[in-house]
Amino acid sequence: MKIVKLHRKLSSVLKLSLVLFFSFSLSLSAQDTPSEEQAKAGKALFNMHCASCHKLNKKATGPALYKVAERREMDWLKAWIKNNNKLRASGDADAKAIYEEYGGVAMSVFEFLTDKQIEDIVAYTTLGDVKKAGAVAAVAQVEEVDASSGDILSKVATVVVVLILLALIGWVFFKSNNGFLKIASVIILVFLGVYFGFGTLMSVGVDQDYQPVQPIAFSHKIHAGDNKIDCQYCHSSAKHSKTSGIPSVNVCMNCHKNISEVAEGTKVNLGEGRVLEKAQLDKEIQKIYDAAGWDAENLKYTGETKPVKWVRIHNLPDFAYFNHSQHVTVAGVKCQKCHGPVEEMEELYQYSPLTMGWCIDCHKETEVNIKGNGYYKKIHEQLSQKYGVDKVTIAQLGGKECGKCHY
Amino acid sequence: MASNKKYWKSVEELNKNSSIVASLEQNEFNEGQAPESFLGDKETLESSNTTRRDFLKYVGFTTAAASLAACEGPVIKSVPYVVKPEELTPGIANYYASTIADGFDFANVLVKTKEGRPIFVLPNKEAKGTTNARVNASVLSLYDSLRLKGPKVKGNTASWSDVNAKITAQLKSISESGEKIVFLTGTLASPSTEALIAEFSAKYSNVSHVVYDAVSESAALDAFEETYGERALPNYKLEDAKTIVSIGADFLGDWQGGGFEAAYAAGRDVKAGKFSRHIQVEANYSLTGANADKRIVLKPSEQSYALINLYNAVTGQSLPSKKTPEDAAIKKAAVQLKKAGSKAVVVTGIQDKNAQLIALAINNFLSSEILDTTNIKYVRKGNDAEVASLVVELKAGKVGALITYNTNPVYTLANAADFKAGLQKTKLTVGFSSKEDETLNEVQYALPTPSYLEAWGDVKITANQYSLTQPTIKPLFDTKQFQDCLLAWTGQSVSYYDYLSAYAKSNVVGDKSWNKTLHDGFAKVEATALSAKEIDITAAASTLKSSVKTGAFELTLYSSIALGDGQQANNPWLQELPDPLTRAAWDNYLLVSQADADALGFTNPVQDNGAINGQYASITVKGVVLDNVPVLIQPGQAPGTIGLSYGYGKTKALKEEMKVGVNAFAVAFGGTQIATVANAGGEHLFACEQLQHTIAGRHDILRETSLEEYNHGHAEEWNPRPEVSLKHEEVDVTTVDLWEDHDRSVGHHFNLNIDLTSCTGCGSCVIACHAENNVPVVGKHEVRVGRDMHWLRIDRYYTSEGDAGSSNKPINQASSIDDAAVYEALETPETVNPQVAFQPVMCQHCNHAPCETVCPVAATSHGRQGQNQMAYNRCVGTRYCANNCPYRVRRFNWFKYNNNDEFDFNMNDNLGKMVLNPDVTVRSRGVMEKCSMCIQMTQATILQAKNEGRTIDPNEFSTACSSACATGSIKFGDINNSEDEVTTLREDKRAYRLLEFIGTDNNVVYQTKIRNTNEA
Repeated sequence: MKIVKLHRKLSSVLKLSLVLFFSFSLSLSAQDTPSEEQAKAGKALFNMHCASCHKLNKKATGPALYKVAERREMDWLKAWIKNNNKLRASGDADAKAIYEEYGGVAMSVFEFLTDKQIEDIVAYTTLGDVKKAGAVAAVAQVEEVDASSGDILSKVATVVVVLILLALIGWVFFKSNNGFLKIASVIILVFLGVYFGFGTLMSVGVDQDYQPVQPIAFSHKIHAGDNKIDCQYCHSSAKHSKTSGIPSVNVCMNCHKNISEVAEGTKVNLGEGRVLEKAQLDKEIQKIYDAAGWDAENLKYTGETKPVKWVRIHNLPDFAYFNHSQHVTVAGVKCQKCHGPVEEMEELYQYSPLTMGWCIDCHKETEVNIKGNGYYKKIHEQLSQKYGVDKVTIAQLGGKECGKCHY
Repeated sequence: MASNKKYWKSVEELNKNSSIVASLEQNEFNEGQAPESFLGDKETLESSNTTRRDFLKYVGFTTAAASLAACEGPVIKSVPYVVKPEELTPGIANYYASTIADGFDFANVLVKTKEGRPIFVLPNKEAKGTTNARVNASVLSLYDSLRLKGPKVKGNTASWSDVNAKITAQLKSISESGEKIVFLTGTLASPSTEALIAEFSAKYSNVSHVVYDAVSESAALDAFEETYGERALPNYKLEDAKTIVSIGADFLGDWQGGGFEAAYAAGRDVKAGKFSRHIQVEANYSLTGANADKRIVLKPSEQSYALINLYNAVTGQSLPSKKTPEDAAIKKAAVQLKKAGSKAVVVTGIQDKNAQLIALAINNFLSSEILDTTNIKYVRKGNDAEVASLVVELKAGKVGALITYNTNPVYTLANAADFKAGLQKTKLTVGFSSKEDETLNEVQYALPTPSYLEAWGDVKITANQYSLTQPTIKPLFDTKQFQDCLLAWTGQSVSYYDYLSAYAKSNVVGDKSWNKTLHDGFAKVEATALSAKEIDITAAASTLKSSVKTGAFELTLYSSIALGDGQQANNPWLQELPDPLTRAAWDNYLLVSQADADALGFTNPVQDNGAINGQYASITVKGVVLDNVPVLIQPGQAPGTIGLSYGYGKTKALKEEMKVGVNAFAVAFGGTQIATVANAGGEHLFACEQLQHTIAGRHDILRETSLEEYNHGHAEEWNPRPEVSLKHEEVDVTTVDLWEDHDRSVGHHFNLNIDLTSCTGCGSCVIACHAENNVPVVGKHEVRVGRDMHWLRIDRYYTSEGDAGSSNKPINQASSIDDAAVYEALETPETVNPQVAFQPVMCQHCNHAPCETVCPVAATSHGRQGQNQMAYNRCVGTRYCANNCPYRVRRFNWFKYNNNDEFDFNMNDNLGKMVLNPDVTVRSRGVMEKCSMCIQMTQATILQAKNEGRTIDPNEFSTACSSACATGSIKFGDINNSEDEVTTLREDKRAYRLLEFIGTDNNVVYQTKIRNTNEA
């Protein structure tokens, strides 16, 4: 279990500014033809229209496209991209050959793309991605130093304070003759003991900040944060069911069938000095392939699957019933309200204490989201009449009753 | 109580000198041994192996270990699917329409699955399906850890391809040599399977198919076949009946395949203005007799004469017969039959073709519209004569190959020894069963079949409905369907699924509606009425008369409500279901009348903890001796008769704990048997709940009245409002209150409504409650000492007919329990033929609950939806609540019943745990539990409506018991919704609440039981 550091936000700001700085400096040394501008526009188009089937350096559903301009004429490319069916029908031998090579799966038709846009895309395939690895590595190192020094400082301070206190009490007991001080220190000791003892006991079974090491170094930051994938795309049961549903591997494969590697320079900082770089992260993606039984070389499923054994973080006891859909669909609560800034978490941890007091506090204050829900219409009318107010809290609807969660 | 009847649950209560009953009424918990009894016992203390030092060591160690273990939580793994099935959302239940057809029980069902595991079987109401206790419990039999897990050849494991190749080769050589190949199956009622067997017969020569029902209806089938030309059973439209006379037919049990309870209850609905008069003639006290308006006690031999006498009285003829002691009553019945005319019906359970012919003849004479020869039933098809000649042929070595399926003849045949000897002389013996049962242990090829929940199939239960069975889970073991093997043996490469869908498409449903049929679970088909042939009734009567046997004791064998024919004997839910009449579980026993018990010296002494003991009997039938049969005295048993139930005494594929009872099939030679009974002494310990959970002598909890009173009397007379004394004046109980009222006008307010008229006592709700609420099974010993865990029990009360005048004083006050005068008037003679009333009792969900007031930790509290809630994690187990509960419905977890080898039932093995409902907590030791009014179901219904943004439909709410109830006796709903049925029922003039004078303001409402006592 790790404690989340407060300085994380600070360091991310620092990181961002450094990235910006270095990327600028790199862009100064760009090549001439085709222009960087073109490639930039091309990359956007490529990601929008092509990336689901093509990669630059690797065969996917379609062939790898890096420096495709060196292999094909621009006119042929334009004709193929706009309408490959027409090209094949015209009897073009190359077009037929490619069609055969990729198992007779026809490529989509892109007649809406202009010649200019196609040139941009080809420019991007020629130039490839701009590298900026060095900068981020530097940042990560800075951050590491930063983190460890803060840790040591606070630990030393705590130890010093405790030592001083102990020395003081020892002096009172063995060296001093002052009866009042002795009694006072006993009282202080008792109070401190009770205070910390109670605190320790109350925290038994409370796993706030629980951050286990997962079998796959999955970064919510990359998925939900950087790529802005909706939480419920993967956790699709949350709106229907009591469980949010850990996504099955086939959901991962929806995207990862085509994303077999991370972008150059991607890093995942798991804290405590564990930083994963591209080489390791690509291996993590390979773990999905192993689980799904996906043969990335031959682009087919082998049928040999190996389910992923995630470590469960949010563990409600058997006697507490919780339903995601009640909160997500009916109440419209944002996932982050309970799960915290997941989109910033490189490795997921338990944000909330998940204690009963924490549930109840929210139920006491939160107003029921009754708008547009046919179920609440009549009940709302009756309740607002009864309480003489327009808004009702969950508790007023019986949300504090034991039996609503314990059965 | 208006009817002034005295109700009792056990004969012991009639004994005015019994101190045990009085002490039991004061004691909620019978803890067996009082601490003083062993603490004061110096000898025991000194002989103990545990010294004080050891004790302290153990305490120290366990405390330290427990605290260390609490420091760190376990790492829990979450394993998602690799490829999630499209139709499945974790946490959301899926329902599949299917059909059970195990040869004994046939029903259209809905199967509830969670994450691909079937966890609950409920009736498919669209298909008019009804489920009994065994069907409800069948979901647990799927997870039976003793199922046969792969094919075996002579006891060694084998592969299917090997087995099929070998069998096919052997079948060929047997067929070529011209020897006989015989299929011995239970009733299949499956058109496609019968078609497959026909195809098999076409491929191999000399094939025959013998159908064998362990609990035979061969006589009725023969009679129907002779009269109507088709081997089937008639149906009965009991919902329209005005008079029903049953002579020995337990039609609310499993007579002719059962399934009549819904129609029967529909014909006894005072609101709909109809109420049949039901007269039952029988020897054993059956469930049907318990529901009858008039029960006439006759020996089986006399029943045959009574049937002829009834025929004579109805038709005015004079067929040869004999007098019986109840001829006057039979004459009255005949008058009532004639008065009802075409709305009258006679049914009989006498296992004699001629008796069945006479019953059909009476119905035809009355031109009964109740007898339905259009929508006939196919749920029994066994032919006793063919089975008997098969056994002879087997023994003579005349059969080349025998293939059994859906039957267990080694267990169920009376001449099982002959059958076994015959198997040795047969070249090829193949047995299909889901368990390695008695028969599979004797055959060469023991082949495992899937449970119906893992299989495809089609079933024709009645003529106008074609039903489908579909898998609801992947086969758990290496099993194959019988039909798939038939396809392999006939050299067809299609799967049974393909065969079935092709068969259904071409023969039953059009091409388009296969998917719809599968979705609905059934399709309606045309059926044509059969017409009756002339039958020589005089000959039938004289044959019947001459075949009547009499002797010392006439033995009637019956199938128990819980176990049926014993297929599911390894199902702990069913073993623990108390018999509706005797209230004994985990046993079968010899039922004898009080008079015979006195003569033979049988007694049922009651222990201080409410448990009942008994002696053993040895019974001899045709030279076969059954030893160690425990004896239970049954009030209402015809003197000179004994009863014994099937289904027990199995030896194979059973856990140790389930090996209980004696095998009644050993003396099942067909029909009534003449037996001799000897008292073998000994002491048998029954697990009987007759005297447990008694409610402190407050016997006012049951109310009943006659149809006459209901129609013409004043409701205040037979259903008086309870009154209390306030300032020396009697006022309505609602005037004063100890509690402050909650406001329940907003939102939902749940009510459960139980109609005592239509409750037949069948116990299917008890099993449904077990399945839905993860109620643990506690085993025979714990039931015996009153620690059963049933959240819902069905109390059975005996009462004597027409004894209203025995005392003018109402017996509705607690004090009257000591009233010696009442008791004297009510002594022994009452046990001759008492009436029975059933009353399901669960937590009454009092709005002013006494249990809530006394809980020191507020573990039980009140919800504004009317449910009395129980927070298990808060409960510290003081049991104050149970002591303060006037209804004795709270159950204490004395032990940890899961993961505990001491309770080796389904919660102790990985397979059995798959039946657990993930929405309900599995309770641990030391907490109190009770009916929650299925709060997990009401919450789920509410949430579904919220998710869909709609209001809740009328009657949308349900509980496990209300959804399982075949007769609609248990209804559940929201009284804040004026359209819900329970809202009007609450105000009905029959409505009352248990012990209302206490002022607990219950949310469970009962409807006064009505009997049609109209004799004319």
